[in-house]
Amino acid sequence: MKNHENHISSDTLNWTVLVILLLLTTISILAIKMHLGAFTVALALILASIKVTIVLTYFMHLKFENSLLRIMVGGVFLLFAIVIAITFIDYYFR
Amino acid sequence: MSSTEHSEHIDSDTGKMGMWLFLFTELFLFGGLFIVYAVMRSKYAQEFHHAALELNAFVGATNTVVLLVSSMTVAMSLTAIQQNRSGKAIGLILITLILAGVFMVNKYFEWGHKIGLHLYPGSDVMKTLPHGEIMFFGLYFMMTGLHAIHVIIGGILLTIVIRKIQSGKINSEHFLLQENAALYWHLVDLIWIFLFPLLYLIT
Repeated sequence: MKNHENHISSDTLNWTVLVILLLLTTISILAIKMHLGAFTVALALILASIKVTIVLTYFMHLKFENSLLRIMVGGVFLLFAIVIAITFIDYYFR
Repeated sequence: MSSTEHSEHIDSDTGKMGMWLFLFTELFLFGGLFIVYAVMRSKYAQEFHHAALELNAFVGATNTVVLLVSSMTVAMSLTAIQQNRSGKAIGLILITLILAGVFMVNKYFEWGHKIGLHLYPGSDVMKTLPHGEIMFFGLYFMMTGLHAIHVIIGGILLTIVIRKIQSGKINSEHFLLQENAALYWHLVDLIWIFLFPLLYLIT
């Protein structure tokens, strides 16, 4: 089980990613507490999605993986988005 | 390249891909709950709003920071083992385990507080609440409880990783188990990134 050609993330990169994630968390707390009405949920989900993408890309090393794995992960998230969309279309038009 | 080396190479890649396939099933396990949450939220907007005020956003935010930092320490431990610094790798995983402990202690007090107020599924107080609020608290306990189980499993996995680093079974050449345990730990973090705003922040 030898790991070949593995990318080694530097500590600096990991720290930078953490700082960005903490900043985004602060932004989402402040933004949601401002009570933007109907946009609140959408904003919270967009910020959470950005954070999740950053974790997937850097902490979970997807940026350095082969394209097959990246396509699989992207495909699964797309599938999940479609499931949510279909659920809501069904829910609102029944 | 000899044929054995070749098969070893595939093992590592497929081992990681197997882990990702498992993570996809986890995503859909929580995804189902997120869909229930989304539909119920749109059906009982007012009652969800009222029930969500009961949750302490500060505790949620603290646990978010704890998990984000633990995600970084586990990513750094992988860097350390690849650089053949096993002592540093063990230290970073220990920090991750301590942070997991902090998370669980926070969760214990949070749940304890709710249970003290008789806000748990099936309680006398809960039965008097409107349907939407019962749904909210049911989803709250289900989602955070399932997530907490994942934190415990992740902690056990990381403990096994520490033992294997100590015995030399995980080293700078062979670290697939540590990679997969780290992936699992990041998934725990990913799920919390969505749980925190949906349950604690949006009221």
